[in-house]
Amino acid sequence: MKKTIATTMTLIALAAAAFTSAPAMAEKNIVIDGSTTVGPIAKAFADYYKEKTGIGATISESGSGNGVKSLINGACDIANMSRFMKDSEFKTCVKKGILPVAHVVAFDGLAVVVNPANKVGALTMAQLADIYTGKIRNWKELGGDDAEIVVISRDTNSGTYETFNELVLRKNPVVKGAEYVGSNGQAKTRVASTKNAIAYVGLGFADDSVKTLSVDGILPSPKTIVSGKYPIARPLFMFTNKYPKMGTPVYDFVTLHLSEEGREIVRDLGYVPVAE
Amino acid sequence: MNATTADTGGARAKGALIMDRHSCAAKMLLGRLGRGFLLCVTAVPTAAVVFILFFIFKESLPFFENLGNVREFFTSTNWAPSREGDPHFGSLAILYGTLMVTVGSCAVAVPLGITAAICLSEIVNARISRIFRPIVELFAAIPSVAYGFFAMAVFAPLLQNHGGIMISALILAAGLPIAGVSSIPLAEFASSKIFKKPSPAAVVALRIFAGAALCSAVAYAAWRVSGVEISSGTNAFNASVILAIMALPTIVSISQDALSAVGRDMREGSLALGATRFETIFKVILPCAKSGIAVAVILGFMRVIGETMVVWMASGNSLKIPEPFYNFFEPVRTLTATIAGEMGEADQTTGSARYHVLFAMSLCLLVSGMALNWLSQRIISRGAFARKKGGK
Repeated sequence: MKKTIATTMTLIALAAAAFTSAPAMAEKNIVIDGSTTVGPIAKAFADYYKEKTGIGATISESGSGNGVKSLINGACDIANMSRFMKDSEFKTCVKKGILPVAHVVAFDGLAVVVNPANKVGALTMAQLADIYTGKIRNWKELGGDDAEIVVISRDTNSGTYETFNELVLRKNPVVKGAEYVGSNGQAKTRVASTKNAIAYVGLGFADDSVKTLSVDGILPSPKTIVSGKYPIARPLFMFTNKYPKMGTPVYDFVTLHLSEEGREIVRDLGYVPVAE
Repeated sequence: MNATTADTGGARAKGALIMDRHSCAAKMLLGRLGRGFLLCVTAVPTAAVVFILFFIFKESLPFFENLGNVREFFTSTNWAPSREGDPHFGSLAILYGTLMVTVGSCAVAVPLGITAAICLSEIVNARISRIFRPIVELFAAIPSVAYGFFAMAVFAPLLQNHGGIMISALILAAGLPIAGVSSIPLAEFASSKIFKKPSPAAVVALRIFAGAALCSAVAYAAWRVSGVEISSGTNAFNASVILAIMALPTIVSISQDALSAVGRDMREGSLALGATRFETIFKVILPCAKSGIAVAVILGFMRVIGETMVVWMASGNSLKIPEPFYNFFEPVRTLTATIAGEMGEADQTTGSARYHVLFAMSLCLLVSGMALNWLSQRIISRGAFARKKGGK
């Protein structure tokens, strides 16, 4: 009995070892790690690229910070990041002999949306921050009806939350009574069905069922986002070690966003292509 | 016919008995192998459970090693696990949210479930019961994300737009039958206190009076809440109601089994002694089945505590204790929803406190689940013991 168990265990262990080492052996694969926000773009690019050339990509989404760590350790070819590298990260890279090069693959803009029945149509960045930190609690203070604001935020897992938290709240904590939802679609549904709600969603999700607010007098659109006029927007990066050799798969991959197909993929995902 | 089969069987048995030693040894070896294989298969799920338990304990320990963390975990409502340099893990609001949703859903599901079980087992005839029971059990087959979607897309807007009226209708629907039923024992109790020898007419009058009083109290409560406006439909109430629906199949079917298990002799004995059907149900059958019903309630409880998707979508996930604390129309967050929501950000490679705090939450759920499980086992074994003793 004991022998049987031991044999089975050994077999399982061997199989597991074989499986884990398998991806490392396939050298052709592009290994990508990093931001969950850039992840969908990388995945769509990888699908497209695999279909075109037969070269696949392994993509992990462990967050921007872990993407840098992977790049430093040589564990990945491309690090996806929804923010630029911090000074400290850059210095560590250089110390380890890695020269990070940033490729801006797309822009990410957040639309602030309310229920279509809401009278308020414009907010300033300061007002928006006050709503989400709990200083403004009633639509009356913003020229709307006398009703309590139902604050809806994305869950802390999402890159959307991080963008909003950084660009609007400057890392101040969100008001405790805020509700958290798990996806852009859910945020939109809640706002569409809740009269006094406010939420932020990726630009691609702001459709006719909700009313998009202008922020600091500017409505979000691909144009205002690329030009940098709309304040809640950020570039999305892919970092490589040095500029990749032209003609290599990694080069093809980080320049895919410049082609018409690449721009289409970015647009389909609800992000804004670079050269709009 | 029978004789011939018996004969051939006997012949076969004789043939099997006379076997050479080789085939005998081979058979024994095969038997051992088979037994070993089955044991291995059985060991897999057990080992998996043990591994998971071990892992949860191991991963939550680093969080509990820091006493300051533990105190904050149980006493503070400041939940800011992602703040760089100064993270906070106060989970009081989350623990309270879990408690609130669990208690709320049990308050809905337990009376409803037990009433339904009594009705299916004692009141309606077997044919109707055979139709209804599968329908109730069908609730268990609906995936929880479908419940969550229903809660968010249908029930939440309903609560927002017609909240007050819906709740008053709910109070009327639940309260009037309860008032009607409870007026009977109340009147009985009152008449035995007031009169030495109550005349039937006086008892009937008292019943009508008690029923009217209770019903009007319910109606008044319903009228009071009909004006309430609910600003956000995803709240503790929404989650409680949906979770109650999910817990119903467990509670109904197990309590119905418990009620049906009460012997026919008990019912017939009670009726033969002149007890009414009402008295038989409430004074004989229910006390006999109470351990089974308690187990049903506990299992329903466990179903509710562990549910994630529904609370994640229906409860609003807000990080504060409602004001006032019994306000079910404010959003709350539960332990399970927190684990699901924060998981992706928790960095297991560096083993941050944020990662371990989620395991500490799992441990809280695990401990409460194990306690409930233990309690139900205890009730079952005590119930069996009592029955054995009663049998003697």
